[in-house]
Amino acid sequence: MNRIAVIDYGMGNLHSVAKALELVSEDTEVVLTADPQVVRDADRVLLPGVGAIRDCIAEMRRLGVDAEVKEAIQSGKPFLGICVGYQALTDFSEENGGVDCLGEFGGRVNFFGKRLKDAQGEKLKVPHMGWNQVNQTLDHPLWQGIEQDTRFYFVHSYHVHLADKALVAGTCEYGVPFDVGLAKDNVFAVQFHPEKSSKAGLKLLQNFVNWNGQQ
Amino acid sequence: MALAKRIIPCLDVENGRVVKGVKFLDIRDAGDPVEVARRYDEQGADEITFLDITASHEGRDTMVHTVERMASQVFIPLTVGGGVRTCDDIRTLLNAGADKVSINTAAVFNPEFVKEAAERFGSQCIVVAIDAKKVSAQGEEGRWEIFTHGGRKPTGLDAIEWAQKMEELGAGEILLTSMDQDGVKNGYDLGITRGVSETVNIPVIASGGVGNLDHLVDGCIEGKADAVLAASIFHFNEYSVPEAKAYMRERGIEVRL
Repeated sequence: MNRIAVIDYGMGNLHSVAKALELVSEDTEVVLTADPQVVRDADRVLLPGVGAIRDCIAEMRRLGVDAEVKEAIQSGKPFLGICVGYQALTDFSEENGGVDCLGEFGGRVNFFGKRLKDAQGEKLKVPHMGWNQVNQTLDHPLWQGIEQDTRFYFVHSYHVHLADKALVAGTCEYGVPFDVGLAKDNVFAVQFHPEKSSKAGLKLLQNFVNWNGQQ
Repeated sequence: MALAKRIIPCLDVENGRVVKGVKFLDIRDAGDPVEVARRYDEQGADEITFLDITASHEGRDTMVHTVERMASQVFIPLTVGGGVRTCDDIRTLLNAGADKVSINTAAVFNPEFVKEAAERFGSQCIVVAIDAKKVSAQGEEGRWEIFTHGGRKPTGLDAIEWAQKMEELGAGEILLTSMDQDGVKNGYDLGITRGVSETVNIPVIASGGVGNLDHLVDGCIEGKADAVLAASIFHFNEYSVPEAKAYMRERGIEVRL
């Protein structure tokens, strides 16, 4: 039995991600939890996130999720961050007037801006909402079976720039280029929502369920 | 490389069944919403919008259950609307598995509700549905007003100003329906679609009036919509989602294939 702890710190709906994980693996038990012992006992850990980062980080700190995340990352077990769960791993986000994040990886989260334009000068709406192409910048078990430039579903107004470009797992462009994913040892994190990205997203989650945590 | 225009099949759901007001065809039942949504996901739809048109309380419970079932089997974004009046309504729908909720009448009567909802749940999940009707005469500069109660009650609110106000209050997206066009199959009202889309900085979904694939193309190109919503052309197999996408791509529109 493969047990996955989906860290539940009270922000947003975890229903879809739990159901998607159950769908892609028959012998998987998905537990929604903030209990450090349950997270410690799990075989893999998923950090989701939706909503404003200030509230997310505040709840993580209040519930001790920050320490759980650090421990899970150090333990070497497969760890997946999604959306704000990816942004939260960096140092700092501009959102909500500036928020210190968990600082597990060097990087910053910036606003797309109110006057975003594409190369032709056409106005781009914010949030970046919808299906955009992801350029996989390295070979990784989580990208396995997913074609280069496949579209995934995004919904966000802030984008990540990692300090160490060697950790970038993929890039995307929306008015500006940004780092769409992070890969370091047992950690993989993405800005888009695999649980909302139909077949490609389910494939990525299945890869996570089968991953041994090594690059 | 660019963001794809989204194609969104819309399910009108009453007491747990998809219904469609193609009145002259007298086809009421278009199936189980979960089955219908699964089919669209399979075909490559980019999102599903689910509008509950049930009035009764029992019906509302059925709907929450339907959203739960749908979210367990359909892994594309799901917007749910119809009768959303309080933050508790929103919480219930999000917990059931909706990704976004659509607020319509409640926003007209209490704009602050949009602000409260956006602050509590994040703008990304708050869609404001706007039902607009053209009130300018032929030859005059276009003017559209917000109507409620299925298009019967004018509010005196200018639709473009209203959309701007909704953005300021925290709406993450606008679902814009032309009441004149809805069900008529003559295409979207491109004037109001473009007017709203060029004014606001949030995505706009065009809705109301699709009868053929050119209407989807026009909505994206002339209407500048970020997403196009349609119901009957898909429900009754006049066109499939892949046909629609292939057609749009031939006309230079970025779509997810």
